[in-house]
Amino acid sequence: MVQFNLPKNSTIRVGKTWPKPDGAKNVRKVNIYRWNPDDGENPRVDTYFVDMDTCGPMVLDILIKIKNEIDPTLTFRRSCREGICGSCAMNIGGVKSRGINTLACIYGHDEIEGDIAIYPLPHMPVIKDLIPDLTHFYAQHASIMPWLETKTNRPAKEWKQSIEDRKKLDGLYECVMCASCSTSCPSYWWNGDRYLGPAALLHAYRWIIDSRDEATGERLDELEDPFKLYRCHTIMNCAKTCPKGLNPAKAIAEIKKMMVERVV
Amino acid sequence: MKFLTDRKRAIGMGSGREGTHHHWQMIISSIALCFAVPVFVITFGVIFGSNHEEVLSYLSRPLPALALGISLVVGILHFRQEIVEAVEDYVHGVAGKLTLFGTTAFTYVLIAVALFALAKIAL
Repeated sequence: MVQFNLPKNSTIRVGKTWPKPDGAKNVRKVNIYRWNPDDGENPRVDTYFVDMDTCGPMVLDILIKIKNEIDPTLTFRRSCREGICGSCAMNIGGVKSRGINTLACIYGHDEIEGDIAIYPLPHMPVIKDLIPDLTHFYAQHASIMPWLETKTNRPAKEWKQSIEDRKKLDGLYECVMCASCSTSCPSYWWNGDRYLGPAALLHAYRWIIDSRDEATGERLDELEDPFKLYRCHTIMNCAKTCPKGLNPAKAIAEIKKMMVERVV
Repeated sequence: MKFLTDRKRAIGMGSGREGTHHHWQMIISSIALCFAVPVFVITFGVIFGSNHEEVLSYLSRPLPALALGISLVVGILHFRQEIVEAVEDYVHGVAGKLTLFGTTAFTYVLIAVALFALAKIAL
């Protein structure tokens, strides 16, 4: 049964308010979710005040500044700061704007009105602070066989593909597996153990539609399941939140169309 | 369960090899309802506010009775499909299976009662 309330040990409490920087004129309040598995305490929201005159333009810059100058215990993933690696996906919002799952490195803090609130990706187990446990998410991705499957003997040079067929992969191959879409999907929240979620299904479609792949039938067979595929109710949160501007809902709809074409 | 690999947990028991039929049925009944609902509204709207005898006489004509019957059956079947989706979404395990059994039985009883009532009025 769906659980609508947080368990007692997950209830978020008011955390520490850090002092304002001395002499700073352009200060912004940032509330950040904190949880440390080692201290046995409940999660809390700490409040930081950041001098924006000495801070970069992105939300990730704020986090790095806090870690470097205020609180070195703040924990988050980051790597490329270019929107390519997908490491810094988190839920970012403000008092006036609702939170959105996105990449902190390409989300400007000037896009947020009022105080900034930063939480880990929703409905995922938290490892520490802003780091979600994406183990199951990655395992689901692996389960859709994200590689070229062929049965014909390997050609001497390469598997050829026409320009038109290559264009079919546009809007699919750009996915960086940041998990913003899957963790914004209510169906994935309730049935994430069995529903593959928008990211894995977008990747599945990327290989189904690849003209060089010879396992289309097997791939569709594996996806034909009330939970793996058909938990998608076209809510479209995935397309709305994707920091790369992709449309996983459309990819899922295309898979469903192919499923129907096979039997009708 | 603690020592299952991540991959095994993700694959679970594999694909159920179904769901497309349900998806296709939902599309068909949705399209059917696009026609059936306006027909139902018009059919029912004509006699709205009429007295008992006039309603009985109107529904004893074949076209209004058939329109009402088709609207009811398609509507309730579509409702059943939606309920299945909702139960699968939110209620899991034994409770989910029992709820599915109950809602399915309820919708078929509803169809039987609706058709019986309509037949009694129309015939």
